[in-house]
Amino acid sequence: MSEESDFEPKIIGFLCNWCSYAGADLAGVSRIQYPPNIRIIRVMCSGRVDPAFILEAFKNGADGVLVAGCHLPSDCHYISGNFKASRRIALLQRLLQDLGIEPQRLRLEWVSASEGDKFATIVREMVEQLKKLGPNPLTKDGGEI
Amino acid sequence: MAEKIGSVMVVGGGVAGIQASLDLADSGFKVYLLDKSSSIGGVMAELDKTFPTNDCSMCILAPKLVATGRHPNISLITNAELVDLKGQAGNFLVKFRKRSRYVDEERCNGCGLCSQKCPVEALDTFNEGLSNRSAIYVEYPQAVPLKYIIDREKCIGCGTCEEVCKAKAIAYDQQDTETTLSVGSIILAPGFEPFDARVKSELGYGKFPNVVTSIEFERILSASGPYGGLALRPSDGEVPRKLAFIQCVGSRDAQINRDYCSAACCMYGIKEAIIAKEHVPVALDCTLFYMDIRAHGKEFDAYYNRAQDEFGIRFVRSRVANITEDPKTNNLHLYYVEEEEPTTEEFDMVVLSVGMQPPAEASKLANIFGIELNGQKFCQTRMFSPVETSRPGVFVCGAFSSPKDIPESVAQASGAAAKAMSIIASERGKEIVAKEYPPERDVSQEEPRIGVFVCHCGINISGTVSVPEVVDFATKLPSVVYGEANLYTCSQDTQGMIKEKIQEHNLNRVIVASCTPRTHEALFRETVRESGLNPYLFEMANIRDQCSWVHVHQPKEATEKAKDLIRSVVAKARLLKPLRRPVINVTPTGLVIGGGVSGMTAALELANQGFDVHLVERTKNLGGHLREIRYTLEGENPREHLDSLVTQVLENGRIHVYLDSEVAEVNGFVGNFKSKINSESGEKEVEHGVVIVATGAKEYVPTEYLYGNAPGVVTQRELEEMLFNGAFKAESVVMIQCVGARTRERPNCARICCGQAIKNALRIKETSPETDVYVLYKDVRSYGFKEKYYRKAASKGVIFVNYNDDRKPEVSSDGGKLKVLFWEPIIKEEITLEPDTVVLSAAVSPNPDSKRVSEMLKVPLTKDGFFLEAHMKLRPVDFQTDGVFLCGMAHSPKFIDESICQACAAAARASTILSKKTLEMEGIIADVDEDLCSGCRICEHLCPYSAIEMNEKQTKVTAHVLEALCKGCGVCGTACPTKAITLGHFTTGEILAQVKAALVEEVRA
Repeated sequence: MSEESDFEPKIIGFLCNWCSYAGADLAGVSRIQYPPNIRIIRVMCSGRVDPAFILEAFKNGADGVLVAGCHLPSDCHYISGNFKASRRIALLQRLLQDLGIEPQRLRLEWVSASEGDKFATIVREMVEQLKKLGPNPLTKDGGEI
Repeated sequence: MAEKIGSVMVVGGGVAGIQASLDLADSGFKVYLLDKSSSIGGVMAELDKTFPTNDCSMCILAPKLVATGRHPNISLITNAELVDLKGQAGNFLVKFRKRSRYVDEERCNGCGLCSQKCPVEALDTFNEGLSNRSAIYVEYPQAVPLKYIIDREKCIGCGTCEEVCKAKAIAYDQQDTETTLSVGSIILAPGFEPFDARVKSELGYGKFPNVVTSIEFERILSASGPYGGLALRPSDGEVPRKLAFIQCVGSRDAQINRDYCSAACCMYGIKEAIIAKEHVPVALDCTLFYMDIRAHGKEFDAYYNRAQDEFGIRFVRSRVANITEDPKTNNLHLYYVEEEEPTTEEFDMVVLSVGMQPPAEASKLANIFGIELNGQKFCQTRMFSPVETSRPGVFVCGAFSSPKDIPESVAQASGAAAKAMSIIASERGKEIVAKEYPPERDVSQEEPRIGVFVCHCGINISGTVSVPEVVDFATKLPSVVYGEANLYTCSQDTQGMIKEKIQEHNLNRVIVASCTPRTHEALFRETVRESGLNPYLFEMANIRDQCSWVHVHQPKEATEKAKDLIRSVVAKARLLKPLRRPVINVTPTGLVIGGGVSGMTAALELANQGFDVHLVERTKNLGGHLREIRYTLEGENPREHLDSLVTQVLENGRIHVYLDSEVAEVNGFVGNFKSKINSESGEKEVEHGVVIVATGAKEYVPTEYLYGNAPGVVTQRELEEMLFNGAFKAESVVMIQCVGARTRERPNCARICCGQAIKNALRIKETSPETDVYVLYKDVRSYGFKEKYYRKAASKGVIFVNYNDDRKPEVSSDGGKLKVLFWEPIIKEEITLEPDTVVLSAAVSPNPDSKRVSEMLKVPLTKDGFFLEAHMKLRPVDFQTDGVFLCGMAHSPKFIDESICQACAAAARASTILSKKTLEMEGIIADVDEDLCSGCRICEHLCPYSAIEMNEKQTKVTAHVLEALCKGCGVCGTACPTKAITLGHFTTGEILAQVKAALVEEVRA
């Protein structure tokens, strides 16, 4: 693992429409600053996040992936999508290890519509952690899965 | 008689007013929603979380705010007050004054630049004065309407806002205006005001900085509040270690003329204590000083138990007499009496759970509307007409009729909406405008031709992101044939311009790069639709809220990010397909299950609105539980009302009553149900558009305290019958509360038994004052205005003795002589009484048929066996399944007036469906490719809405989406092993393209 000072990790964030996307918006409305490393993709529910989306992100050079949804147990707009996400992500983290991708690169968080600050903190933490981890091992030598 | 008008004025834009407005507007009536403040939302917008689910308040309220703000049938009249009312039910003339905002609402687009540049600091009233805002402001970031207002008292007239406002919205010389409107009915929902804690000077509020009110504490706890969600002490910003909550500040206090209970404070006090513990990183001691814990709502006691067991919150039954401050530390000393011992304890912060009082303008409203107020200046209502004021055509909901929590306010609001509609039912649809769209262009054979519109948002985006660079970048992307920048893409004139460009460049996909789709997508979809494109051929890139605003000091990186975001949505847009909004027909008929007071009321309300109703009752008689109620606490005659209700139902030509019958089968979905009704005369099939469940509940049959084994042990219901028949005689009576309630097996409160006990105790004292009556209780839960009857009972000599689970009373029978042994906590002695009668306040059990009904309708039950609504806070009478509603005791134990509110509410919610010939469903739903489907049923089991059914076709079983039930979460598609099922507008292909394009540069082919 290299620690390059000028390395800027690329993060893909899948945010559920109802809580987490709204939380990210609130960070904006409150002008809470965080590093510009994340590209957000809106989905209706964290339960919609297919492992294939996450693998596609890593395959195309993402250094980290954030999946964020409504708080457990009862905030989910679709009753239980967040539970489904939590199970899927846990499984995928194990699978990533087998592919040579550190499971810490994939993070699942619950962010409510009033937690703009929390969202910003998560992005800051991820950027810091990914800087320590270094680039996505799949892209280091220009390789693909 | 003057002709009727198909519009309604709703006064007050809190959660109750919002709910009433939405129900009315969705049922074909024009609504004018008037609020005295500059935005709607009321007190709920200020709350951090809500009990008993700890849902974030703004998360659940904001979608309703947005829906209200953009509803074509709702006109918002903010910063306004009523002046005069003339006319009568069906045809009123309302005059109101709109105070100047000094900002042109038509022009202001809410970009907020003015507020950022304003040099003035004023106290932020939304944050309860705990932080500052500018002189030009919106109350809160999610405010609806998002229109700024100038606080002229603070404004120094420097002209900065006028200089920076690119929309030219500042209007310093704007005048107040007076307007008169014709409306058919009126709903009053002005809400409440928190009690001014300064009146209780001994508690030190206003003198000691670390004594705050509960509403201030909500703001302190809120992530968007003054301290960013950390519970901090106002005096020094330190994290408190020891926090006290004092209940009943301004409630249950006859000394200051507040002899009622505010009904919601126990629960919000417990909630704030729990949330505080969650928000404070260190160990926090929370102590709650109370008189009785009134956790009388659905699942509230379970929450109270968790507060004690899981969160370790300490509950002290005592009234704090006095608070002093240590001037060095700003810590507080609380003086109180516990177990008869005077005690002093130090805390570092105190929260006063302030009660609700009527709004300051209550008397003025009463004068204008000519309505009666009660002795406490709340709006007077009656047990059997809980949403009616004393003036016909003027209805009431929310805390203005009595202190209440959010779900009860919401239910009453829908109930008031039902009543407001019935008197003008003939005018439905006459005041609203149906929108016409041009025919949709078929783009299926066209290559993608994308137009990208990049918004400056004044300087909100262009101050950080280089907009020209972004536009230049976007126009070079594959498939993009047009790009331009706008000062405000959302402004009215830009909408016209977008439509022109669509025609001029033959665009078939449109992208707006600006703010967030959560607030603006609907607007742009509308624009696209008006130009003949399918509304789903539109995407947004959020380059403001999630880019320029959060990377203010990194313009270069922000510009690159904006480019990536646009490239990403362009890749998605290329693949976008037109989506069809399924349209389904509606059978304008209701099915009501259960013929008690709730079922009959719901049926009548639907019939009054012009819909046919099938009312199915299992027994031979209408009336249900109400047949057993002989008198009420408030002194009204239930039998008279029952008879009148039954007559109205039987004589109503639209109501088809089925007695001694049962609904055996319900098939179909919203708008299109088919059901079988079984009776002795055989089976009948009926078609209907909605179902209302009003199956009621039963009195619990006690197994405790010798019930059934000793003749002198009876239930409250049996006592009531004896009292009514004059058959009751006793020298001494002991009542035992919470029999079968608040136990390990049944943790929740049965709500009505305290009222029943007080009612029967008073009745005994009326007929034989010399009879001794003891009430052994855990907490006396005479919430709201029932408190005064508790006081009355105590003053008539009824003796109330507290017991707890460690020392339950014991009942024995010695040769037919009853003995009750209990602990008297004040004199600290065991006492034995030999009463003639022991009366058990038996809990309320769910109807034994509930389980069958829940399975038949595929709707859930709570652990206790009552029906579980769609959302405990904001959808109290809806089920998660569209078209199925709930009311009365089937929902949870409740009093008659509360059942009637819910029954009317269920009718109002049902009429939002029945009033439409067809329903247009959301287009973003799941879709199955039958060729790929292997029929594995994984999606069927995962779908939380039972929206997937398996179809057998010749050789193959495949999944099929019931369009009317699908909510568009996409969980099914994610799990599908063959990728046969996917979610429209969020297809796997679209998202994969979006992911790739967010990361990898593309060049035009």
